[in-house]
Amino acid sequence: MTLLGDVARWFADPAHYQGSDAVQTRVLEHLEVSGLAVLVGVLLALPVGLYLGHTGRFGFIAVNVANVGRAIPSLAAIALAIPIAGTLLGAANGLGFWPTFLALIPLAIPPVLTNAYVAVRGVDGDVTEAARGMGLGEAGILRRIELPLALPLILAGIRTAAVNVVATATLGALVAFGGLGRYIVDGLALQEYDRLFAGALLVALLAIAVEVAFGTFERAAVSPGIRVQQGAL
Amino acid sequence: MRCGPEGVSQLKRAIRVAIPFIVAALVASACGGTGTGGTKPAITIGSTNFSEQLVLGELYSQVLEANGYTVTRKFNLGAREIVFPALQSGQIDLEADYLATLLAFVDKTATGSTDPKQTLATLQKALTSKGVTVLDYAPAVDQNGFVVTKATADKLKLAKLSDLAPVGNQLVLGGPAECPNREFCAQGLKTKYGITFKDFKALDTGGPLTVQALVGGQIDVGLLFTSDATIAVRGFVLLDDDKQLQLSDNVAPVVRNDYLTKAGDDFRKTINTIAPKLTTAELTGMNKLVEVDKQDPKDVAKAWLKKQGLIK
Repeated sequence: MTLLGDVARWFADPAHYQGSDAVQTRVLEHLEVSGLAVLVGVLLALPVGLYLGHTGRFGFIAVNVANVGRAIPSLAAIALAIPIAGTLLGAANGLGFWPTFLALIPLAIPPVLTNAYVAVRGVDGDVTEAARGMGLGEAGILRRIELPLALPLILAGIRTAAVNVVATATLGALVAFGGLGRYIVDGLALQEYDRLFAGALLVALLAIAVEVAFGTFERAAVSPGIRVQQGAL
Repeated sequence: MRCGPEGVSQLKRAIRVAIPFIVAALVASACGGTGTGGTKPAITIGSTNFSEQLVLGELYSQVLEANGYTVTRKFNLGAREIVFPALQSGQIDLEADYLATLLAFVDKTATGSTDPKQTLATLQKALTSKGVTVLDYAPAVDQNGFVVTKATADKLKLAKLSDLAPVGNQLVLGGPAECPNREFCAQGLKTKYGITFKDFKALDTGGPLTVQALVGGQIDVGLLFTSDATIAVRGFVLLDDDKQLQLSDNVAPVVRNDYLTKAGDDFRKTINTIAPKLTTAELTGMNKLVEVDKQDPKDVAKAWLKKQGLIK
């Protein structure tokens, strides 16, 4: 019980909301690196997934990218990213934001890629046949038929990527990045378990908040007719 | 396993086969572990998380192993905040520490001194309630050193720590996470030198992250240890501790009293063969081989012990 009391006291302490280690600063840093990594992941993976889904090629790879991607040891990826960031972007960027950001992108890509592929493949063949019969070009079919129908699953893939990235961005603290991982890493080094627990709790809450926010966005973005058709996803 | 008559004889056969293994396991577990070595009980040696500690840990481990002790190594556990409680709780029996810093850690009110003999006496008194003893200390000293790049030193005309006082609020300090809480680190820089930094970045314990952050400009002042060869190799400027914030941080092994009682004089004598031969120059030399030349601490320790005639 004392640990929970200590953690509650940690959150109640106004000193933890001031200075460079403030809770709000760390949350923003965390969201910034996560958001950018997911954005770049989506920009890279979504077009590829949509194209592969539409043409039906390399299906085996597209479907298994998600499985293989889950196996990426993120800690190793961040360690690898240090010399890569240092060489590509100069020694000043070899620690902190850039290695963290670069290492999180491969984590965001697999769910988006696989879901986009499966979603587009899953569009009823009769619908696309009919569209072709009406004279719609391939790009038109993708944009006006397949994409709207595939949207629920695509957004679910982005949601998964976002939650994974938010949870893993804590590793950035090991390479001098800020974010909520800072509380966990420093708490462990200093044996301050209230700080450690507070950091872990904040990450968990943030991940849940991201999940809920995306869920709400999906409900708003997907057309009601399609939502009814797909059922609960 | 099948049921029925054939199944029963299968089960009996399986049990008959398993019995010798079960007996062997019981015998092995009874004969292993601590205490049966007679006067040379098995020992667990721990270390904190920087490369010099790995070298020191290997020195103690190998000199004991060469004299018939069984050593379990538990290196790289974390900062002293983790290792010292592990020593107190019996998870490790021995660790290498530094007189003045350990004293500040166990007793924040005690005053260490620049005289190691005096610091040792104060430390031993402070440790009596903790159930551990400090054995012989070495001439080798390793203190917290605050370094800047040559470019920073030239730009701001920095040669000693007092020079940081007027410009501290423009500079970022980098070091291990526990630095803001330590008297010989950020805390002492503030109280003794009046230096308040613009920001603090938790990196690693005088290791490659700190070095890279200095080179890359993410920090202006970094904590490296005075016995670290990287300072000279990289051309960093070690700011002189003109107000004597750092005290006598001689290397000394710290061991649990119950192990000392069990092991007796032979252990004490064996461990104490290292101290007289371990000078700061020797220690820095070993650190260079590990940190700069990237050799294995095990090999470096073995070579040094052989050269000093402490093992064959």
